Amino acid sequence: MKWYITKRLLMLIPVLLGVSILAFSLIRLAPGDPAVTIAGEHASPQVINSIREKYGLDKPLTTQYWIWLKQVLRGDLGRSIVSNEYVAKEILERFPNTIELTLVSMIFAITIGCIAGIISASRQYSVFDYSFMGLAIFGVSMPVFWLGIMLMMIFGVYLRWLPISGRISMMISFQRITGFYLLDSLITGNFAAFISSLRYLILPSVALSTIPMATIARVTRSSMLEVLRQDFIRTERAKGLPERMVIYKHAVRNAMIPVITVIGLNFGLLLAGAILTETVFSWPGIGRYVVNAVNMRDYPVVQGCVLFFASMFVIVNLLTDIVYVYIDPRIHYG
Amino acid sequence: MERTRETKSQELIRRLKYNKSAVFGLAIVVILILCAIFANFIAPNSPTPSPPELFKALKPGFWSEDGIEEMPLGADGLGRCVLSRILYGARVSLTAGFVAVGIAMILGITFGTIAGYYGGWVDAVVMRIVDIMFAFPALLLAIVIVTVLGQGLDKAMIAIGIVYTPQMARIIRSSVLYIKEMEYIEVQKAIGSSDARIIFRHVLPNSIAPVIVYGTLMLATAILDCAALGFLGLGAQPPIPEWGAMLSKSYSYIVSGAWWAATFPGIAILLSVIGLNLLGDGLRDILDPRLKT
Repeated sequence: MKWYITKRLLMLIPVLLGVSILAFSLIRLAPGDPAVTIAGEHASPQVINSIREKYGLDKPLTTQYWIWLKQVLRGDLGRSIVSNEYVAKEILERFPNTIELTLVSMIFAITIGCIAGIISASRQYSVFDYSFMGLAIFGVSMPVFWLGIMLMMIFGVYLRWLPISGRISMMISFQRITGFYLLDSLITGNFAAFISSLRYLILPSVALSTIPMATIARVTRSSMLEVLRQDFIRTERAKGLPERMVIYKHAVRNAMIPVITVIGLNFGLLLAGAILTETVFSWPGIGRYVVNAVNMRDYPVVQGCVLFFASMFVIVNLLTDIVYVYIDPRIHYG
Repeated sequence: MERTRETKSQELIRRLKYNKSAVFGLAIVVILILCAIFANFIAPNSPTPSPPELFKALKPGFWSEDGIEEMPLGADGLGRCVLSRILYGARVSLTAGFVAVGIAMILGITFGTIAGYYGGWVDAVVMRIVDIMFAFPALLLAIVIVTVLGQGLDKAMIAIGIVYTPQMARIIRSSVLYIKEMEYIEVQKAIGSSDARIIFRHVLPNSIAPVIVYGTLMLATAILDCAALGFLGLGAQPPIPEWGAMLSKSYSYIVSGAWWAATFPGIAILLSVIGLNLLGDGLRDILDPRLKT
C-alpha cells in the first residue's frame, strides 16, 4: 500500500512539471514583450525593467523557467496587473468561496444522485426508473450557465424567494476568520450572517450540482444492476433475506466502488463548472477571477489560477485513486 | 431462397431502428442539421438587421398581445428576432462543433495510431503529454488556449479541438493496440506489407467504430463548450448569432421581465446536446457492446 502511494506520488512529479511548463509558456507565447505582458501595458519603464531583472528575461528560456519555478515554489505568483495585489494572496482570498460552492454542490449531487440510482436499479423498468433516467439525460446535457440563469429567473426574479447574485447580503457585516462564510458565521455565532450566506449559496450550488448528480445517478444505477445480478445476491434472496436488507445492506456497499471513482472525477469537472456558475451568479470565487483576468488580459493572474486549478485537479484525482484502492480489496497494488 | 447479405451500414441502420432513444436523438440531430442548412429560408428575419431596429427591442413573442407577428419568439435587447438568431445559431454551433471534433480527430488519430502502433519511447512520450493535458479541466484548458490565441469563434474552435485531442488519442491508441495483435496483421507483416499500408488499409478501418461513437458524444460536449466560451465572452463575438453569446448578452434583461431572449437559446443548446448524446449512446450500444452502461 505504502509503495503504491509512493509510486503514485512520484508519477505526479512529471505531470506537475508539465503543468508548470504549460503555465510558464502561457506568458511567453502571448504576443509582445514578456516584461510588458507581466507588468501590464501601462506600467512605467522602471517597473518593466525591474520585472525584466526579477525574471531574468534577458537570459535563455531554460534559465528563465528555472528562475520562475523557484519563485512559484516559494509561493510567489507575481502581481496582478489590474489590482497590483499579489496573485497568491488574491487566490487564497477567493479559494474558500469556490470550495464552499463545490462542496455543497457535491453533497447535493451525491445524496440525490445515489438515491435516484439505487431506486432506479432496484425497480428497473418502473416509472421511477424511466423518469429518473430521463431526467439524468437532461442533466448530463445541461448547459450549467443557462440552468443558472433559469433558476435565477424563477426563484430570484419571479418568486423572489432567493437572492440572485453575490455571496452575502450587503447589510450584514461580520468577522472573518477562516474565509469560509458558513464556517465563520457559525464560529462567531452570527446567525443572521449564516442564514444570509446560506441563502446566497443555494441557487449556484443547485445549478452546479446538476451534471455530477446526473452522472452519479447513471453510474450508481448501472453498477447496482451489475451487483444485483451476482450469485451472492441470489443466495441472499434464496435464504429469505428481506429485499430491503439485500439492497441496502449488501448490494449498495458493493455497488459504491465505481461510484466513488466517478465522484472523484466529477470533482475536477466541478471546478470547471464553477467557472461558469460563478460568472452567472457573480460569485466571488476563483472561477470568476480567472474569467475576469482573461478578459482584462491580466496574464499573471491567469497563469497563477491555471497552476492552482491544475494542481487541485491532479491532487483530487490522486486522492480518488488512493481511496479506491483502500475500499476495493480486489485491486492489486504493488 | 434468396437472401442478400446486408452491408455493415445496413445492419447498423436496422439495429438503430430498435433503439427508441437513439432514433429520437437522430431525429433531433437531423432537424438541427436541416435548420442549419436552410436557416436563410426558414428564418423569418435577418439575424443581424442593418440598420438595427432598436424600436423593436425586447418586444415579446406570440404569447403576448404586444408582440410583433413576424417575431414569434420575441426580440432581443437590440431588437433582433430571437427565432431567426437561434436558427442561424444552429449553423454556427454545428460548424463549430464539427470543426473542433474534426481537429481532435485528425490530431488524435495521428498521435494515437503512432503511439499504439510503434509503442516504445514514442508511445511513452505521447502518453505523458496526454497525461499532462488531462491534468486540466477541459474548459480551463480551452480558456488558457484562447488566452494565448486571442478571443473569437475560430480560435475557440481550435482551442476545443486541441483540448479534445488527448481523449481521441487515447481511444485510438487502445483500439490500435488491440488490432495490432490480430492474426491478419501478422499475415500482412509476413507478406511484407509496409507499415503505412498496414495502418491505412487494415488498422484504421477496423478502429472506426469507437471513432464514430466518441466523435458523436464529443460533438455534444464540443457544442456545449463552444457555447460556454461564447457565454464567457471568449468565443464568438457579437454580432455573430451564437447561442452562448446570445445568452450572455441577454441574461441581464431577465430582471426587467424579458425572459425570452435568455430562455430560448439555452433550450436550443440543451436540445442539440441531448440529441447528440442519445444518438451517441445508441451507437455505442450497437457498435461497442462491451462499453454498455
